Parts: sequence; C-alpha cells; structure tokens
Amino acid sequence: MGYFIFRRTVGFILTLLAVSVVVFAVMNVLPGDPALTILGMDATEDALAALREQLGLNEPLLTRYVNWVWNALQGDFGISHSFRVPVADLIVERLLMTVSLAVAGMVVTLILALGLGIGAAAQHRKFGDWGVMFLSQLGIAVPAFWLSMLLVLLFAVNLRWLPPGGFAGWSDPMAAIRSLILPTIALAVVQSAVLARVTRSAALEVMRQDFVRTARASGLSRRRVLWRHVLPNAMVPIVTIVGMQFASLVTGTIVIENVFYLPGLGRLIFQSISNRDLPTVQALVMLFAAIVVTANFVVDLLYVVIDPRLKARA
Amino acid sequence: MPDLSRTLTITTLALSLGLGLSTASASADQIVIGLQQEPTSLDPTADATASINGMLTMNVYEALTIVAENGEVQPNLATGWEVSEDGLTYTFTLAEGVTFHDGSTFDSEDVLFSFNRAMAEDSVNPSKAKFATIDTVTAIDPLTVEITLSKQDAFFLFNMGQGDSIIVSEGSAETNATAPVGTGPFKFERWTRGDRLILVKNPDHREADNVALERVEFRFISDPAAATAAMMAEELDAFPGFPAPELLPQFEADPRFRVNIGSTEGEVILAMNNAKAPFDNIDVRRAVATAIDRDEIIDGAMYGQATPIGSFYPPHGTAYVDLTDAYPHDTDKAREMFAEAGVEGTTMTLRVPPFPYATRSAEIIQAQLSDAGIDARVENVEWGFWIDEVYSKKNYDMTIIAHTSPNDMGNFARGPDYFYGYDDPAFNDLWERIRTEADPEARDELLREGQRYLSDQAVHGFLFQLPLLGVFRTEVEGYWSSSPVVYMPLKGVSNGG
Repeated sequence: MGYFIFRRTVGFILTLLAVSVVVFAVMNVLPGDPALTILGMDATEDALAALREQLGLNEPLLTRYVNWVWNALQGDFGISHSFRVPVADLIVERLLMTVSLAVAGMVVTLILALGLGIGAAAQHRKFGDWGVMFLSQLGIAVPAFWLSMLLVLLFAVNLRWLPPGGFAGWSDPMAAIRSLILPTIALAVVQSAVLARVTRSAALEVMRQDFVRTARASGLSRRRVLWRHVLPNAMVPIVTIVGMQFASLVTGTIVIENVFYLPGLGRLIFQSISNRDLPTVQALVMLFAAIVVTANFVVDLLYVVIDPRLKARA
Repeated sequence: MPDLSRTLTITTLALSLGLGLSTASASADQIVIGLQQEPTSLDPTADATASINGMLTMNVYEALTIVAENGEVQPNLATGWEVSEDGLTYTFTLAEGVTFHDGSTFDSEDVLFSFNRAMAEDSVNPSKAKFATIDTVTAIDPLTVEITLSKQDAFFLFNMGQGDSIIVSEGSAETNATAPVGTGPFKFERWTRGDRLILVKNPDHREADNVALERVEFRFISDPAAATAAMMAEELDAFPGFPAPELLPQFEADPRFRVNIGSTEGEVILAMNNAKAPFDNIDVRRAVATAIDRDEIIDGAMYGQATPIGSFYPPHGTAYVDLTDAYPHDTDKAREMFAEAGVEGTTMTLRVPPFPYATRSAEIIQAQLSDAGIDARVENVEWGFWIDEVYSKKNYDMTIIAHTSPNDMGNFARGPDYFYGYDDPAFNDLWERIRTEADPEARDELLREGQRYLSDQAVHGFLFQLPLLGVFRTEVEGYWSSSPVVYMPLKGVSNGG
C-alpha cells in the first residue's frame, strides 16, 4: 500500500509537470498578444510596449516558465494579465461556485442513478426496467444545453419558480440554492442516465451469481438482498464511472455555466484563453489536471476498500 | 417501486424549495441591466473593453466634457471653456464643490494628474494617440486648467468626453481596475466577477436631484438564448445591446417589452489588404465592391436591422452622403472586372473574427464572390488570433470588422503599418485638413469629400452601420436610442413609478 501511494504521488507530480510544459508551450505558440487584446485596436505602439513591460512579457520564454514554476511551487500563481488581480484569488472566487455545482450534481446523480439502476435490475424485463431504460436512453440523447433551455423556459420563464440563471454567492444561502437547482438538474439528468445504465447492468451481473440466490434462499427479503449484497458487489464498475464523471463534472460545467450564466471556472478558462491570459489559463489547467488525477487516485483507493481482493494487486 | 418513489420525493422536496418565493422584485428606483460582454477590469484608461465604458463612463467616472445623444459636446466636469483665436489654447473652468466618491476634493490638480498619467512615457492608455496633439496642461488656479495644443484638433473637445480621458484621483487611480472611484452620479458598490456589478446613487453629485435610480445592477449574460430567457423571466429590466437580431420579433410581439433599433458609430467593412496583391489593384477592389450585395447581406446577417453604408461615415452624422449606389451590385460586371484584372478563379482567404455580424456576413459574401468567380475561403478565427494575426501582423487577404470609434475616418491616414495597408498621400492631406478645421460646416464639407474619395478608391467593401438593438421593459425610460459614443449615461434613466 505504501509503495502504491508513493508510485501514484510520483505519477501525480510528473503529470502536472508535463501538463505545465504543454500549456505553456501551446499558449505561447498560439497566435495572440495579451497586450493587444487588452488595449484594443486604437492602441499606440508605445502604450502596447509599456503594457508588455508591465505584464513581464518581454522576458525570454524559458525565464518566464522557470519563474512561473518556481513561484507556483511557493503557492504564488502570479497576477492575471487581464483581471489584474492574483490568479489564486480569481480561482478561489469561482471554485466555490463550480464545486458547489459539481458536488450537488454528483449527489443528485448518485441518488437518481443508484435508485433507478437498482430498481430497474430488480424489475428486470418488466415494465419498470423498460421505463428506466427508455428514460436513460432519452437522458443520454438529450444535449445538456437543450435540456437546460427547456428547464429555464418551464421553471423560470413560464412558472417563475426559479431564477433563469446567475449565482451571487453563498452569502444568501437560500438564493444560492435556488440558483443551483436548475443547473444541478440539467447536469444530473445526463450523468445519471449513463450511471443508471451502468448500475443496472452491474447489478444484473451480480444478481446472476450464486451467493445472491443463497441469500434469498436463506430468507432475506428481496430489498435487503438488493441493497446489502447486490449493490456493494456491483460497486467497482459504478465507482469507475463515477470517478470519470466527477472529473468531467468539474471540467465540463462550461456549457451549463454558459446557459445559466454562472460565474464558474469553466467560463473563466474560456474567457482567459480568449484574452491570452497565460497565468490564469496555466493555473486553471493545472487545477483541472490535478482534479482529474486526484479523482483517478481516489477511485483506485476505493477499489481496494470495496473489494479487498484487489489489495494484492495494488 | 419504493426506491424510485423515495427518490422522487427527494427531488420534489428540492424543487419545492423554490416554490412560493418570488423572483427579484423590481421597484421603480432600481434597474437590472443585462450586458453581453463581461469586463475583466474596471479602468477605461487601461483597458479598451467596451463594457467598461458601457457601465462606468459618465456613470461612475466623469470627464471634462460629455457627448450628448445627438453627438453634441456639452460641459461636464468643465462647466465651460474658452478657445484662443488660433485654436491652440483651451481654458477650462471646472465645476466647484465636486468630490470623488472616496471623499477627496476634485480640482485642477486631478485634471493635471489624469492627463500626465495618460500622456506619460509608460502610459497604457488605449487611446494614447488622442492625447498626442496636447502640448502642455497647466493648472492656473484650483478651478481653471489651460491646455495648449501643438496643432489645431477639431475633435479635441469630443475626445475630452470619452472614457479614456476621464478624470481620476491620484489616491485611487491605481486601484480603479478593481474598485473604481470617480466623481459621477453613481458610486461603485460591488462587483462579483462574471456575475454582476452594482452601482448606487451618489447623493453628493451636483445633479443628484435629477437622478431617478437609486440602484443599478448589471448582469453579465453572453449567451443570446440565456439573455432572452432572462428578459422573458423579467430578471432583467433592460438589455441595451441585445446580441441576437433574430430573437427580437418575440419581444416586439410582447406588450411587456419595447424594442429599440438605433444606430452606433460602428461601420462594418469588408476590409481588404491594400498592401497585398491583388488588392493593391484598385480595379480588383472595385470589382469586389460591385460583387457584393449589401441588401442581401443585411437581410441575411442582420435580419434586415441595419442601414447600408457606401463609405466610412455613419448615416446619422451631419456630414453623411449616401454613396451606396457608387458600385451598383452586378455579378456579371464584377466577373468581367475580375477577369480583366486577371484574378478570376483565384482563391482568397476571408479571416473572420468571432462576432455574429461578421461570421454571418462572411458566408453571404463568400457566396456573392463565388458567383462573381472568386473563391473566398472563410476562416473563422477567435479574437486573440484575429487581433494578432490580422490586425497586428496584417496576415490576411480580406476580413470583416466593425470600427466602433467615433470620428475614425483617420484610420485611412494611419499609413502602411495599419492593417488596411492603405497609404495614400492625397487622403493623408485631406485628413490633416479635416482634423485641423475648426469651423464645423467647413469640416463637414471636407468629411463629405473624404467619404467620396474613399468610396471612389474602393479601399474596402463598405457594408452597413452596426445597429444598436435594445430590449427594455416598457416601464424603462430615458435610455439613449442611438449612441454617438461607447458609453450609456444612466443619469436620465428611470424604471417607471
């Protein structure tokens, strides 16, 4: 186990290092000049030169990269070129929004998917199963932005129950929850459709096994068998998908954030790339990479917890 | 299925949180305004982003002069001015008893500081060129400032009423990017980046009695469909720069809303790289002008909501001449002209920035050029790429762009380094005469000459004037219907009641 964690930590560091080199190189190869995007079409040559000097864009590429890595290691991610505030502040401001949405989305996804998936498996080849399969097919097929628009039209424009978008922060918790309901549903429907199908087939797989029949024969109720014996044994594929989904929830909220005009990380990275705001893009990509790698790591750890037989292989 | 029903109960519970709670209520002295472009900083003297001016200039920040809706220059922080006989010395009298929002007093020292900052060696002012004619700025006494120019500048007073020439205080200039401090009728209260920016009324402003709004909230919504939903749900009271002309009819049909179609200073052009073959050949440029059909472009790209232009001057301006018939649309003739110039059948790139007016126009122009025998390849590029590759490095054949600055005919006199690649001593002389002509009528006559000259030279394909499309709740009054500048004063705006 100790070796396993060591190996994963080294992998984590190497991944981040590789990502940092790639992002830095790509952002510098990409045509675009941060000074020009800030000062616009009427800017004079000397104003542009002064701004480049201010932003430290005149240093050689390698010096800038080494400085960036050195400062980042000490927790200083630099000043955003376009926002003119520390990148760390920008990210912290928006992280709460995106994480709130991702966590809410994940929780609703898990509740919906596990309930529906196990329910469908229990009703295998009956009406409930077909219903869940049909709904999940629909959920997978519907594009998230289109579903979002429908939700907005119904609940915000026609019924006026919920705001059509925006997020003013957690200072007013009730308003914050209300703002998050529609985006959470939009996120969770698509994700849980995928997960419900995985849960169903994993559960069906387990239900065919002998120990399930034994459990039923020993007098345990159908429900108890499902939740206490089938679900835990079906967890490995479910956790794999959940891990992938969590990573994509955090990084992939960009569409949802756009439709519901939420001030999250997805919109920030989009805007920063357009503005050629290298320090912000760099820090965000590193953050996303770290989230993906961490999610994978947690999934690997969970495998061992779920299925002790895997411990030997780790 | 008990499990399913429990799940549904939880979902219903979550949903019912929203029930019974109404959405943000609008009262008469408050307004919520939607903006498409999200600003990254809040200092118009260091960042050209249009929404900074749209929200803050003349609301939070003020300048010596202000430009009214009809384009007229009016007193602002300067209550009046005198111009010397030779037109080179301007003596401004400043408003008395004005304070900045941080409590510091406004006087001639602040004017001096602001101008020196904009003109300094290390200045990052996006319109530094506008200050180039200024020779000296002197504080005669606390309420008098004298500015001398090195040569006459017909646009000087107009330029003094722009976002890049606002008067800032030395104590707050450096932090304006995140916490703007000005002298205007509204004070900055709060900015949640990416979500909203809030202004409150400044009770100490000299015209506070005429300001109806107590609180102004700007919301940033870039997606046109989301903007529509937010208006329809009455989350917003106004969307003064509505991004999608195709979505306007549903607002026009709804009695809750009023749609405004005004004009801006934005001339949309099909720019041709005059420094590069084949566009260094005037016959090719004239052939392009003949090949394009403005009406079709306006119908297709702007859903009919734009005024065609035949040269580089806004149709609502006093010196406007209609030159849209200079090169009547004639595909066969254009084909002949291309053939005569020896470019028939060649391939050209049309690099387009990511604005709907540009990308939509590009497709139609591509088809029109194709009919006339030219294969135009459309390349949709993002803004960072466009401004570097097309604008700065002049690496393009054709592009489509709106020039939104007022009085910008001087672009054609910016020489071979400007992305037009157009260098014409005759026009440079003409522009110098326009710029230094103090008499408005004589200047208008020269501007007419300029329009005719540019049209005759067919420097670019002149397409249409970018419209100002706005959607407002019917209660909202006092908004400018057209804008001769890039700002939108809220001083005279009210929200019913």
